[in-house]
Amino acid sequence: MSEPQVPLLSVRGVSKRFGGVRALVDVDVDVREHEVLAVVGDNGAGKSTLAGVLAGAHRPDAGEVLLEGRSVVLDSPAAARALGIAAVFQELALVDDLDVVENLFLGHETLRGPLLDEVAMEREAWRLLDQLAASVPSVRDPVRTLSGGQRQVVAVARALLGSPRVVVLDEPTASLGVRQTAQVLNLIVRLRERGHAVVLVSHQAGDLQAVADRIVVLRLGRVHDVFDGDASYEDLLAAMTGAVRPGARRETRPDIRGVRR
Amino acid sequence: MSATGQPGAGLPGAVWQRVRGGSSLLPIVAALAAVWIVLGAVNPAFLAPENLVNLTLQSAPVGVIALGVVLVLLVGQIDLSVGSLSGLAAAVVAVGSVTLGWPVALAILAALACGVVVGLGYGLLSTRLGLPSFVFTLAGLLFLAGVQLRVLGPLGSINLPFESWFVRSVQQGFLPTGVAWALVAVVVVTSAVVQVTARARRRRADLPAASVGQVLVRTGGLAAVLSVIVAYLGAARGIGYSVVLFAGLVVVADVLLRRTRWGRSVRAVGGDRRAATLAGVPVRSTVVLCFVACSTLAALGGVLAAGRLGAANQGTGGADTYLVAIAAAVIGGTSLFGGRGSAWSAVLGVLVIQSIANGLTLMNVDQAARYMVTGAVLLLAIIIDMLVRKRREV
Ligand SMILES: Nc1ncnc2c1ncn2[C@@H]1O[C@H](COP(=O)(O)OP(=O)(O)OP(=O)(O)O)[C@@H](O)[C@H]1O
Ligand SMILES: [Mg+2]
Repeated sequence: MSEPQVPLLSVRGVSKRFGGVRALVDVDVDVREHEVLAVVGDNGAGKSTLAGVLAGAHRPDAGEVLLEGRSVVLDSPAAARALGIAAVFQELALVDDLDVVENLFLGHETLRGPLLDEVAMEREAWRLLDQLAASVPSVRDPVRTLSGGQRQVVAVARALLGSPRVVVLDEPTASLGVRQTAQVLNLIVRLRERGHAVVLVSHQAGDLQAVADRIVVLRLGRVHDVFDGDASYEDLLAAMTGAVRPGARRETRPDIRGVRR
Repeated sequence: MSATGQPGAGLPGAVWQRVRGGSSLLPIVAALAAVWIVLGAVNPAFLAPENLVNLTLQSAPVGVIALGVVLVLLVGQIDLSVGSLSGLAAAVVAVGSVTLGWPVALAILAALACGVVVGLGYGLLSTRLGLPSFVFTLAGLLFLAGVQLRVLGPLGSINLPFESWFVRSVQQGFLPTGVAWALVAVVVVTSAVVQVTARARRRRADLPAASVGQVLVRTGGLAAVLSVIVAYLGAARGIGYSVVLFAGLVVVADVLLRRTRWGRSVRAVGGDRRAATLAGVPVRSTVVLCFVACSTLAALGGVLAAGRLGAANQGTGGADTYLVAIAAAVIGGTSLFGGRGSAWSAVLGVLVIQSIANGLTLMNVDQAARYMVTGAVLLLAIIIDMLVRKRREV
């Protein structure tokens, strides 16, 4: 694989606190074009916070975000989106009272003159959802009436709209069935082929093995380790939980809590 | 493959679903019809053309204020000061044009400018300081009432000259019959053209589209409703200019809310502010604009009230004005919880409240009973709003 010189998106020395909680501590992460960077870690390790920093939902207290080597200020999700960084947030961030089309295009609606172009948006919505093999009954139903998995597909579809250069996905397959999961993973692979950079936060070992090029392990807000995409799940578990990996035993227990360094 | 969104899937079923989901105006139209039938049965004079003309003229000023309230409610805020602000605007028009001798148009512009300034202030208090609008508009209610008294000065009441074009057009300006019918034709044809082109585009794009029958029914229904209104009110004085202005503002607001990016942002912010932020909606400017629009409309409502009364006094915009405006928006089906509602709820809600007030006055029922009935209707509307919301959360 030919690696471009400058990473497409990097964070350098980023820290973020919430009150007394240090959610991120001096984190360095790079993601390149044609790359899927997976982020794993225990609950509360800071994965969503990192995704939020990349997507403009959180302002870091220290450190900077670089886009193609240049420092950028991502002070709102809209600013990030304008720079070509789109995200699926863990809580999905859909407006329940709006229908599927309205949610998909929220914040960047297609216009026809001064008015909304509902026809173009509805067509594009079907195209995207079909691509994701989504079984949404009608794109004119309020999102409130959809199942958890359908909502997640809608959120993923929204992130893909307008082909952003960087796609940040925070547990995009958490409540998806087998078929939809496969479609989302397929899509991630296709995004990589097309040259996009993907940041994938996931707990699912299957997701990581299928698509990850590199895996960053966060623990207690720090980058604890970086693995290649083919790292064994046992190694990852050990790094996530702080357990010392006893040889290559298959039954490594994940229930040993992280030990403070 | 998964395209199963046929529109024809049981039209009555779809209508019923919208009624249950609270996104239909049907229940409130039915309520208005019931009110009219009852009041007309008790006292036939209520339904006389001349009385209905009066009803429309009474409804226009507070209706304009209620339209503004609909906008702030939609973004999940409230403005309790609309009554005081309308009173202040009336005072500014009177003092400007009479005491200071400005041209009336200038005085009206000054009054509207007051609305813009107040709305901007509210918007900044809400978006920059994060204060709850219930509290700062309550402060605004008192403050603006004080400013109104100060502007009116020691006299406390200023009469507008009857011969000014402004008072004449608000009090005695009615659409000539020919113009009214021409307007009906323009509206019906425009609506038909919009529907037909939308249908054609959707069919070309292979999307579910309204059937020819639906287009015909809708166009015919619109033509029938407008014709009945024009013919019936035309049997008396007709349609007042202030009523035309109100209706025009509602149509514009309706198009803005349903067909523009701003309108979509309004509903998104009111429905789920955090989700809207994460989706990249410009939340702050959306909220500020709603406050500005609400305050400006409240000022315009005050201007119309001054024109209708031919005077501005300490009572203009006082007492129950803001309660009637807010109650009208809610009775008309706009949710107090944000995100759900329509510009038309201002029209329907105001008509319900003013019909009750007008009808009970005709029956010589006193103010006390009128307040109690209106209060009961408002309570009913809020209970319905709450039930719809509860059902949605399940
Ligand atoms: N908005 C917030 N306010 C306060 N604390 C927060 C906030 N967001 C995150 N935290 C804290 O920051 C830490 C990291 O949270 P984060 O959501 O990034 O974890 P995560 O790795 O995504 O966990 P999970 O796997 O459960 O999604 C946690 O201790 C959490 O309590
Ligand atoms: Mg998380």
